[in-house]
Amino acid sequence: MSQRVFALLVAFVALVTLPYWMTGVYYVNVASQILFYAIFALGLNVLAGYGGLVSLGHAGLFGVTAYATGYILQLGFGHTFSIIAALIIGLVAMAIYAVLSLRSTGIGFIMITLALGEILWGLAYRWISLTGGDNGLSLKTRPEPFGFSLADANTFYYATLVVFLLSLAAMTIFVRSPLGAALMGTRDQPRRMNALGYHVWATRFYACMFSGLLTAVSAVLFVYYTQFISPQTLALTSSAEVLLMVISGGAGTLLGPIVGSALVVVVKTVVSGFIERWNFLLGAIFVAIVILMPEGLVPGSTRLWRMAWRKRKPRAGTVTGGAEAKS
Amino acid sequence: MTFWLVLAVNSITFGGLLFLLSAGFSLIFGLMRIPNLTHGSLFMLGAYIGATFVIGMLGVKLNFWLAALLATIAVAMLGALAERLLLRRLPGDQMAQVLVTLGLSFMAADFCLMVWGGDPLSVNTPATLTGFARFGALVFPNYRLAIIVIAVIVAIALWLLLERTRLGAMIRAGVDDPDMARVVGIRVSQLFTIVFALGAGLAAFAGIIGGPILSVYPGLDQDMLPLALVVVILGGTGSLLGSFVGSIIVGFIYNFGQALLPELAYFVLFLPMLLVLLLRPQGLFGRHVP
Amino acid sequence: MSRKVTRRTFMAGTAAGVAVAAFKFPTPAIAQAAPFKLGLLTVKTGPLAQGGIQMEQGIVTFLKEKNYTFAGRKVEFISADTGGNPAGTKTKAQELIERDKVDTIVGPLAAFELLAITDYIAQQKTPLLSLAAAEDMTQRRPNPYFLRASATSSQAMHPMADFAAKELKLKKMITISEDFAFGYEQMGGFQQTFEDNGGRILKKLWPPIVTPDYTPYLAQIEGVDGVCQGFAGSNPLRFMKQYAAAGLKFPVVTGETGGDDALLRSFGDEALGLYSACPYTLDLNTESNKRFVAAMNKDYSVDPGFYCAGLYVNGMVVEAGLQKTGGKSDDKTALMAAMKSVTLTDTPRGAIKFDHLGNVVGDIFIRHLEKANGKLVNKTVKTYHDVSQFWTYDEKKFLEQPVYSRDFPPLKS
Repeated sequence: MSQRVFALLVAFVALVTLPYWMTGVYYVNVASQILFYAIFALGLNVLAGYGGLVSLGHAGLFGVTAYATGYILQLGFGHTFSIIAALIIGLVAMAIYAVLSLRSTGIGFIMITLALGEILWGLAYRWISLTGGDNGLSLKTRPEPFGFSLADANTFYYATLVVFLLSLAAMTIFVRSPLGAALMGTRDQPRRMNALGYHVWATRFYACMFSGLLTAVSAVLFVYYTQFISPQTLALTSSAEVLLMVISGGAGTLLGPIVGSALVVVVKTVVSGFIERWNFLLGAIFVAIVILMPEGLVPGSTRLWRMAWRKRKPRAGTVTGGAEAKS
Repeated sequence: MTFWLVLAVNSITFGGLLFLLSAGFSLIFGLMRIPNLTHGSLFMLGAYIGATFVIGMLGVKLNFWLAALLATIAVAMLGALAERLLLRRLPGDQMAQVLVTLGLSFMAADFCLMVWGGDPLSVNTPATLTGFARFGALVFPNYRLAIIVIAVIVAIALWLLLERTRLGAMIRAGVDDPDMARVVGIRVSQLFTIVFALGAGLAAFAGIIGGPILSVYPGLDQDMLPLALVVVILGGTGSLLGSFVGSIIVGFIYNFGQALLPELAYFVLFLPMLLVLLLRPQGLFGRHVP
Repeated sequence: MSRKVTRRTFMAGTAAGVAVAAFKFPTPAIAQAAPFKLGLLTVKTGPLAQGGIQMEQGIVTFLKEKNYTFAGRKVEFISADTGGNPAGTKTKAQELIERDKVDTIVGPLAAFELLAITDYIAQQKTPLLSLAAAEDMTQRRPNPYFLRASATSSQAMHPMADFAAKELKLKKMITISEDFAFGYEQMGGFQQTFEDNGGRILKKLWPPIVTPDYTPYLAQIEGVDGVCQGFAGSNPLRFMKQYAAAGLKFPVVTGETGGDDALLRSFGDEALGLYSACPYTLDLNTESNKRFVAAMNKDYSVDPGFYCAGLYVNGMVVEAGLQKTGGKSDDKTALMAAMKSVTLTDTPRGAIKFDHLGNVVGDIFIRHLEKANGKLVNKTVKTYHDVSQFWTYDEKKFLEQPVYSRDFPPLKS
């Protein structure tokens, strides 16, 4: 089997057996966080990486679903109803977002999404009767699907892992599908796509909805994990953070956002325990990535790995410039 | 009556400060198409460095204006360095530009925390400008009025630079059509370094000029960056007139909005920004749709 | 395959057995040989770092004074940076409790951080001592594992209002504070007591937390004889500057954060005349305060403020509680009960004890910002003793009214 499939298989096995080799409830929790932030990053990547539409307001949508979950639970409904209702609300919010933002592309899109994100953040602060203001909303319990209580860290991890693998599968299908190809076409050559008869706006809109679905799913996992939601989660810094996960890992790649999520979460939670100036370190890592692998960690490492591999077996007369396939 | 007058005058003075803050961003974005998300950090660095000179370092206290000049030059050089070493490698790669500018802003924010600690710094108003100007019942601090004057001077200086110098002509050519500019022989990459340094310097200058009003504290960068974005969007990118008029308009929206619609204080700037983006994406005076 | 028992392994085995046996005998000493683990949740990055750094300074000063030993046990201190957001606070709390197995936590800094972990703390039965002022933590939704040795948001504002009405003889005031829970709770408490004493609040202004220019609000301040502000962090500095720059001369009163002693090094002359009510004051003449201030001056070259002192006092409470349990911390519920029953007379903030909801009953100091020897100082002008979170109100009635919010108490029109 190829190197790539082997590596993925090893990763899969590692993830499935994680609670057994990563001892300590705390580290299992860190792994859960990496996974649901990865789903969030995958969702953003649909737009930013594959669609060429950089959004600086995704934390607002994330927050809408999270607040919806918390609020509906507080009204007294059960977990299943709350989750489904929250997902629907999240998708509706995304639809509104898309209709407003898709009027522009490029920097206009970035600015509209930023403005929308900030407006949602302001609403979270001011609409106190709905959101509790900066006191936030607490979620008292976690769901118990099929009798497994998600209050247990390992169980929560496995639930997150299942959702993560499904999301990754969905992403793979999307990217390999005609819709995904069309989306990448509209990213690279919007006018040509238009001339070819593709409905550029509709393609982007469907992409937004898919992105919204992944974002909403990750928000539900997030809010059950922390069992608390407050306006900080919708701040500009949160939107910037998930965007950084996507870019640093490799925008427009399948695995990039996952690696980016791991990087940011590990530095924020684990490394911050050892290094006081971890914020500086994180910024320095980002700058280093730009210098050494501006295309992102995943494509960059794959490139370096291939170069190293090629050096071991020199081939006569092979020209290696040019068409390095994007992974 | 005085209430409206105070708000109106303050709108203009706050607008002046916003102009100083956003002119640099507009210039960099207009010419280089880089959304410089480090802009807030450059503002904060200028404020911290200037404040340090004013408060006194190694027993030496500097005159406010000299401190402002030194801070401006220091940050402009930092900007030039960042452009040559980092941004130059990423022409047109918007993702990487976002990554590097945000990465630099994290580093800058933590650096300021390391050096200056968590406590806010107070910058004293320059001695010549303390006190109030009285117009009948209306009392207004001299320093704020001075900011209008400073903003106008800087605006005129920039205008002269852009319209009456060769460098300015090259910049305008680069804004309108970078490829043609290259074809005609303009060293666009050198121009980029100069413009980035200029933009960074302007941000730093705004930071220290704003110091007596805003003080200097951790988080200043995150507070000011959205304001710069709002001004640039409303006024239009790449247009000096747009920046100036946009700043005054945002000053009015800020002052009157907060006073008259306190319930919407959190949205008072972003709602208009959203409306402009939806209805007229190039802003009020922008040359091209961003 | 059989393992050969060589003479070497036999000797080694015996030696090991003897060693184990030797260690087994003094049983109580072993249980106490394990260090007492104290965790700190604070913020060391971002805009909240100002208070967070001071918190750490305060607790470390106390630990150093006690040589990292509480009630005969060594103290292992673990500091965690929450990043100033609730998700980060939850993660770090988990790190401290599940990975580091701490016995007690001091911190976090902000109310929203505390609210994010309150259920978790109760579930894990870990005692927590925080400065966060969220009122309901010790009122309508009390957490049995939470102890607050500083004050609720309004605890210092009630006496401030009393002072403003009775001593400063103010009758009509405007309140201005940030648009969030801490602001609402402070101003609500002030309003209730001020109006009970015959005063009237004409207007309540709520600038958003991020307001670079307060002029639109300052322009609305007129027709009053005083202003009450409740700003926190670095905002008081900016506010007082802009207040003076706007030509306003009404006396300003504030709470524990608006006139914090730690801000004295940043304030300029525009802050002269500010009255503040605080559970801590730099010039308090107790032995422990003198030691505390001297140590802060020596180690950090700064004068401590409310955040430093709060954590120092938290340390004192933890130590006193541990003394009461004889150094035992395995039973966290017992430790919690011991800490709650602590009464101290010599602390940097004077005498303290706790009410049945876990909030402190102690002194509140009214200070006046003046200049002495060319330096800005907060001079204590009045001390209110035994101030509880309910002031002079009946506890039951107080808890029946809603928590102070933007609209409660309502403005008398």
